[in-house]
Amino acid sequence: MAGKPKLHYFDARGRMEAIRWLLAAAGAEFEEKLIESSEDLDKLRYDGSLVFQQVPMVEIDGMKLVQTRAILNYIATKYDLYGKDMKERALIDMYTEGVADLGEMIMLLPLCPPDQKNTKLTLIRERATNCYLPAFENVLKSHRQDYLVGNKLSKADIHLVELLYYVEELDPSLLANFPLLKGLKTRVSNLPAVKKFLQPGSQRKLPGGEKSLERARKIFKF
Amino acid sequence: MAGKPTLHYFNGRGRMECIRWLLAAAGVEFEEKFIEKPEDLDKLKNDGSLMFQQVPMVEIDGMKLVQTRAILNYIATKYNLYGKDMKERALIDMYSEGVADLGEMIMHFPLCPPAEKDAKLTLIREKTTNRYLPAFENVLKSHGQDYLVGNKLSRADIHLVELLYYVEELDPSLLANFPLLKALKARVSSLLAVKKFLQPGSQRKPPMDEKIIKVKKVFRF
Repeated sequence: MAGKPKLHYFDARGRMEAIRWLLAAAGAEFEEKLIESSEDLDKLRYDGSLVFQQVPMVEIDGMKLVQTRAILNYIATKYDLYGKDMKERALIDMYTEGVADLGEMIMLLPLCPPDQKNTKLTLIRERATNCYLPAFENVLKSHRQDYLVGNKLSKADIHLVELLYYVEELDPSLLANFPLLKGLKTRVSNLPAVKKFLQPGSQRKLPGGEKSLERARKIFKF
Repeated sequence: MAGKPTLHYFNGRGRMECIRWLLAAAGVEFEEKFIEKPEDLDKLKNDGSLMFQQVPMVEIDGMKLVQTRAILNYIATKYNLYGKDMKERALIDMYSEGVADLGEMIMHFPLCPPAEKDAKLTLIREKTTNRYLPAFENVLKSHGQDYLVGNKLSRADIHLVELLYYVEELDPSLLANFPLLKALKARVSSLLAVKKFLQPGSQRKPPMDEKIIKVKKVFRF
């Protein structure tokens, strides 16, 4: 199992950021090969590195893994962030998927046609405030432990805290009535590996802007 | 671990069908509680049964699980359809997610506005023929074994075969140039539990029709 995992993606958050967060939180160093043009993407496709012609792709332990969830599940298992048994894994999966649903809405917002943006934003606020954030706050309230599942840090906590940063970027007031979530965010952010990742100069990616979106459109042709 | 799993969903395929297929292929009997009117869904929401106010929800082993992938992962682990180690699991996940991506396009197709239908269908055909089916055909070609991963039936085979039935429903000619996939479909379909599920009168659900599309719109599925 020699060498660090190598991440193939373009220079932005997109679907790779959750993987960067998880590796970083696990204390696993990784390399990044950035896709900067559509030719870079074509090269990966032609040499058979991408099972479904798509990125993210992560080279890890002799495999070229694609599909975000496949990659995340492998990393979580490898670094013991996936609970102690199948029932804990079920809870972790359930929470992770909820995070992914809200995260997807937020991630796709910049791609939304301008005339639909306000409607989309209102929906995101509503779902965050009335569905997702209360659901996670209630989990923490139900057992009063430091982490979502099994009184131990798992991928569910890392994915949720990453999401809370994005919710905060959208509108800090959205977190106002969720003290336990704020507590979790602080707690996880103070873990040495996460603290390091949150500092400037780390491999964490900043929010894209118009320029980043344009570059993505050119590379991925959408 | 008393009692059969209970599936909460409306009486149609939607996001529950792959769960029905997996349970059936595992030889597991299950019960279904159908959501037939908005009050049924409200009741589930109000009694705290739905963590994110959504179905599918499956009651299994004392848990009320939501989120399709959480449910599928649990069932696959429980019934030994998830490979023998983490590397096999990675391959199974990778293939399952590919199946899900194409499956999602096909699932949403009936809900597509009429003006966009032709373009959507063309896209589905293109992705099926040039991206997804070749990928899976190549996996089988690469090792020449009967199943996608580890020479043993796994959830990846079940999800893929289910998808192949939907591709065939869309257009049988799409499977024409994929002999290994056709063989996998035949092989998995002849397994006793799957054969039973494929027969009329099983809990397998038919394709959506206009009535169901209206129901889905009401529930905002």
